[in-house]
Amino acid sequence: MKFLVCISNVPDTTAKITFTEGKTLNSAGIQFIINPYDEIALTRALELKEAAGGGTVTVVHVGPSSVEPTIRKALAIGADDAVRINADPADAFFVASQIAEFARKNNFDLILTGRESIDYNSAQVAGMLGELLGLPSVCVVTKLDINGTEALLEREIDGGKEMLNCSLPFVLSAQKGMAEPRIPNMRGIMSARTKPLQVIEPVAVIPLTQSLKYDLPPAKQSCKMVAPDKMDELVGLLHSEAKVI
Amino acid sequence: MSVLVFAENWEGKFKKSTFEAVSYAHAIAKQLSTGTVALAIGPVNEEDLKNLGKYGADKVISVRQEQLNNFDAQGFSSVIIQAAQKEAATVVVISYTYTGKNISGRVAAGMKAGLVAGTTALPSAISPFTVRKKCFSGKALTDVVVSSETKVLALTPNSFSVVSMEGSAIVESFDPKFKEGAFRTRVKEVKKNSDKVVLTEAELVVSAGRGMKGPENWGMIEDLANQLGAGLACSKPVADMDWRPHHEHVGQTGITIGPNLYVAIGISGAIQHLAGVSSSKVIVVINSDPEAPFFKAADYGVVGDAFEVVPRLIAAVKNFKAGHS
Repeated sequence: MKFLVCISNVPDTTAKITFTEGKTLNSAGIQFIINPYDEIALTRALELKEAAGGGTVTVVHVGPSSVEPTIRKALAIGADDAVRINADPADAFFVASQIAEFARKNNFDLILTGRESIDYNSAQVAGMLGELLGLPSVCVVTKLDINGTEALLEREIDGGKEMLNCSLPFVLSAQKGMAEPRIPNMRGIMSARTKPLQVIEPVAVIPLTQSLKYDLPPAKQSCKMVAPDKMDELVGLLHSEAKVI
Repeated sequence: MSVLVFAENWEGKFKKSTFEAVSYAHAIAKQLSTGTVALAIGPVNEEDLKNLGKYGADKVISVRQEQLNNFDAQGFSSVIIQAAQKEAATVVVISYTYTGKNISGRVAAGMKAGLVAGTTALPSAISPFTVRKKCFSGKALTDVVVSSETKVLALTPNSFSVVSMEGSAIVESFDPKFKEGAFRTRVKEVKKNSDKVVLTEAELVVSAGRGMKGPENWGMIEDLANQLGAGLACSKPVADMDWRPHHEHVGQTGITIGPNLYVAIGISGAIQHLAGVSSSKVIVVINSDPEAPFFKAADYGVVGDAFEVVPRLIAAVKNFKAGHS
């Protein structure tokens, strides 16, 4: 079984986000990590490979060489090899097109992404990959098991969960619940240095969208304090002033 | 030219997020001086289809095929793409629900259309086509320029007000064609959460954190939510400790919500939590620690012990309801 896990490089969840002149993210002091949902996808792929007693888990990333520490971390967690497509990830369509081009030549049985990246939150690469490759796609998946050439999945839907089957190959996006991320051990960290990390050049794709500028959400005015024994007053304010009840 | 909106239904019924998406599509169609076409897939009754005219649809395309009775991302996306081509749509609007997350990327890639996923407002400009969306999990906003001829916009539920008008839409049936093998997923079972109010759709949300000290103390939180008719949410530590189910976890790595009212009880307000709730219109924070960072993001604050304040708040809500019924 050949797994492909797509990883992106994002600011740590505790990072305070600011921009220079509303154009570029201030990355000073920010730690970059594997997107948490991608890490869940990677862990589940490793578990399934181990349970099957064979197979390969390849990670792919679209980005510049500065991202290689994040890719090495994925190798330390247990991926067999990595591919970096040497281009700035201009938009979701650009990224999906690059990964699709690579995947087309390599017959993967299952392609996994995270539910969404925690920077652009578009949740789109999985669906785009499915469409570009002509494969089924299942998003926000909370459970994954594989039985022969058939996958058993559980995904989140509005107000519940849906259990479904899909035959391989296909694309999915992982949500919390699918696996618990692993902390790389010393052996993994040591072996990650020598695992193959192939760099390939991008194909020509014109991005369809561009982020023109960034803003921070408007700050709240001051907080109106209500005494803990005056809850009737709070309810009154919510009704007459805030008009939410 | 037209604006096409996918009018999602659940077991044959439209929800508020559908009406928001139709209203949004209609507003964009006005900006572009064109018409609004809604697409419904599945068994929705004729009356409900016509009623989409009240939210701005000029025409409704109804697709009923047995093989589409269960959701399949590939199949549904193919229907939307075919309808968009038939109607010469330059903008396709999809509600950014779980279904929306499954299909909008496919529809965009299939049409080579630029996609803005999670928009919260109308385009601020038509040329160049510019739309605002949240990014960094609610910690920032960005203006995205879409350069392709066709655009796909996935609208965040609860971010655009439903518009009501006079009108009844024309209903047409449509029979899309499929390639063989378009439906490889097979639904086995659907499990519904027992919640009375679905969190992602809730207009009011009551949320609690570690300050509640243990899962056995959630009775009063549930009681308050019931009194308000609110959805129930929780912080990440609470979900991680299995005090509450994961589908209630709001925050950067949980669900992002934007209700009219968010009541946070015993939650300190870590940056990751704030990211998930920052688009709430009004935030009430109840915390025993006056230094809790959440107060800086709140509209109304109460410094006090939740075990005393919450029962008083429940009583106050009951009083209020008695006076307004």
